[in-house]
Amino acid sequence: MQFLRNFFDNLRPNFEEGGKFEKYYKAFEAMETFAFTPPHTTHNGAHIRDAIDLKRTMFFVIIALIPSLLFGIWNTGHQYYLSIGQYPELMDGFMDKIIFGAIRVLPIVVVSYAVGLGIEFGIAVAKNHSVNEGYLVSGMLIPLVLPSEIPLWMVAVATAFAVLIGKEVFGGTGMNILNPALTARAFLFFAYPTKMSGNMVWIPQESGMASVDGYTGETLLSQAYNAPAGSQFGSVAYDAAGVQYGSLADTMWASFWGWIPGSIGETSVFAILLGAAFLLYTGIGSWRIMLSFLIGGLGMSMIFNAWGANPFMSVHPLQQLMMGSFMFGMVFMATDPVSAAQTNTGKWIYGFFAGFLGIMIRVFNPAYPEGIMMAILFMNVMAPLIDHYVVEANINRRLKRAKAVAS
Amino acid sequence: MSKNVKIRRGADIKLQGAAERVKAEAPFPSAFAIKPTDFHGLTPKMVVKEGAEVKAGSVLFYDKYNEHVKFTSPVSGEVAEIVRGAKRRIMEVRIVADQNQSYESFDVSDQSSEEKVKALLMSSGLWAMIKQRPYDIVADPKRKPKAIVISAFDSAPLGADYDFILHGQNEAFQKGIDALAQMTSGKVHLNTRGGSTADAVFTNAKNVVHNTFSGPHPSGTPGVQIHHLDPINKGEVVWTVSPQHVAMIGRFLLTGKVDMSKTIALAGSEVEKPRYLSTWIGASIKSIVEGQIKDGKNRIISGNVLTGDKVDLDGYLGYYSDVVTVIPEGDEAQFMGWLAPNLHKYSLSRAYFSWLMPKKRYKLNTNMNGEDRAYVVSGQYEDVLPMDVYPVQLIKSIMTNDIDKMEKLGIYEVAPEDFALCEYACTSKMEVQKILREGLDLAQKELG
Repeated sequence: MQFLRNFFDNLRPNFEEGGKFEKYYKAFEAMETFAFTPPHTTHNGAHIRDAIDLKRTMFFVIIALIPSLLFGIWNTGHQYYLSIGQYPELMDGFMDKIIFGAIRVLPIVVVSYAVGLGIEFGIAVAKNHSVNEGYLVSGMLIPLVLPSEIPLWMVAVATAFAVLIGKEVFGGTGMNILNPALTARAFLFFAYPTKMSGNMVWIPQESGMASVDGYTGETLLSQAYNAPAGSQFGSVAYDAAGVQYGSLADTMWASFWGWIPGSIGETSVFAILLGAAFLLYTGIGSWRIMLSFLIGGLGMSMIFNAWGANPFMSVHPLQQLMMGSFMFGMVFMATDPVSAAQTNTGKWIYGFFAGFLGIMIRVFNPAYPEGIMMAILFMNVMAPLIDHYVVEANINRRLKRAKAVAS
Repeated sequence: MSKNVKIRRGADIKLQGAAERVKAEAPFPSAFAIKPTDFHGLTPKMVVKEGAEVKAGSVLFYDKYNEHVKFTSPVSGEVAEIVRGAKRRIMEVRIVADQNQSYESFDVSDQSSEEKVKALLMSSGLWAMIKQRPYDIVADPKRKPKAIVISAFDSAPLGADYDFILHGQNEAFQKGIDALAQMTSGKVHLNTRGGSTADAVFTNAKNVVHNTFSGPHPSGTPGVQIHHLDPINKGEVVWTVSPQHVAMIGRFLLTGKVDMSKTIALAGSEVEKPRYLSTWIGASIKSIVEGQIKDGKNRIISGNVLTGDKVDLDGYLGYYSDVVTVIPEGDEAQFMGWLAPNLHKYSLSRAYFSWLMPKKRYKLNTNMNGEDRAYVVSGQYEDVLPMDVYPVQLIKSIMTNDIDKMEKLGIYEVAPEDFALCEYACTSKMEVQKILREGLDLAQKELG
């Protein structure tokens, strides 16, 4: 590592005061601290500090996202080959699927990171503050909540919007109200609705290739949404190629493993749960939010089940939770510590309502059968209010105690 | 009325180099210093000049705004130097000690009233041993505390063992308690560690309420104990005194001699033989650590690793310190340190492996292990602060100078040392204790 150390030590004078590039010191610092944890020591107060820092925290979230990313790459290829009628079996053409998926997905990841980090570095240099690590996670989350068919320029526009309007105008990482990755998705959803909803957007297509007969590419959610009155979702659901699953157990099996159409990272419950296990094990993801989110979603699904006014309401609660972006939202979106509630009591309330409203919006939404994104963004906005009342309760306890003594 | 409190939130950071329970004599230090900076917020008014002859107990300076509160010399000798810092602030009053000690004599025969005891303590310089909450400063003699809290154990990493230090000082300790008890309208609380038997000096103490606190640090800090026993409301005052200082006060009231000798723990991974030493308040650090520490770049801390003050080899023991800790400096860059497994590092989070090895003792250095950031991670402070206080919200209200909010969120109940573990745990590497101290200063100025 000595050569790398020398490399930075040689470059350093250029970026220090009086150097040629002193304006870009913060960009240099970001690179240097990435390679070498700095030799800063404590002054007074606590002379020892915990080993944890923001770089490791953020990096661990990225590790948790890797299973979803890898599965998303394979599934992108799998869905494509299904649509052209090749390799219908899961394990057929494994490498072809991976290669096709990688060609589709990796550019989205690269664009997201290039645009997002570019803006972050630019602002850090302009405002002369350190580059914050927050975007390392947002940059991975954004591709995973987009359809693989998305044009790259849209990824760039959405990322720029999310970083500038979603985060930097509020003061940068740690100050934002909304989850940046969801802001990017919401921006695309409202700005380019035809690219973000409907049936065919989830399936990568190549020009000149017709899809095979019977192929629908419909997501399970839109099937549940469009199921004819009086039918049971479990018995009418079919896969993207139009083959009926036949039983609820088969549908659940497919949604659990995730070989169904959907956003790149959201389809596989299994891959998401691997990430969740890692986040819970390391304590980086809030178990309070995940658990209450799950309870909220389950509760709402059961209420709908009891109501049963249409087939969508009657979908089995477990199936309801495994479809769409519920699990991904629960594990990776709602748990963003900056935009979530900050107090422990607040986290329970926040998570519960995000899950509860997510399913409610999904079923009642007249335009589009999904609501997790809306619910989490809405609860992001409400989180400071929840915290306010939690803290207010603490203040009132204190005032009451003081009054009891005074009287 | 005694309480047994179980503290659940907090953490014990296990460090190498705990002091062995043997006492050694440190060589008699030839140099001493009293540091006005040890008494937060004090404006000292000098009484002696450089070159003056003093005895143990002679007044060196007093509080400009409270002239009865005197600060006295721990030894007899000559005032060698008055060290001033920026804006001519007095940093240290250095004294070169005589070989044969002589003492100022105080008439302690009349201790019949609260006022007389107070006057004795103030004139002898021992008053400074009594600290008050709110604000964590030397007690204001004009205000009557609703309670006095004495924590008989130090839960901080490598903290001193008061059972060992005070063993056999029953008479002086009891005398100190009796003197303090006169000065409060309420009770004197003596808090020992739950689940273990304290030394007879504590268990046999009378005129006190015995409480126990079990659980991890900060269960031993007076602030946390007050919070669970009798929380401070606006306008109320609680005093805290360290047990060794109680005994010192008792010794003075029995003999009329100001004797500032004390026992301290010399601990830390860089100490050759960690153990207890008898020395004096204000003794030169050299007399304590010389020949005792390992080679290499070390940091000497007067106090514990979470709240102490950094001192140089030619510095002096702090007034309130019962521990001197020596740990390695950590001023070396580490390649991809944020990514490495770092089995030698300790973390309260499970993002490192230390939580799998709860028995292991660590050799931690002074590296920040990261860089300053805005608040991102939530819930960390709450996990190590066993109080019904919202720490992050309180710190943020201080950052924005919102005095009204600070008051509502409980600024009267907290002291920097209560928040030391929050500072340790912080992913964003905030200087929590410094910020809190600024908040306390502001609150004291504006709210009184």
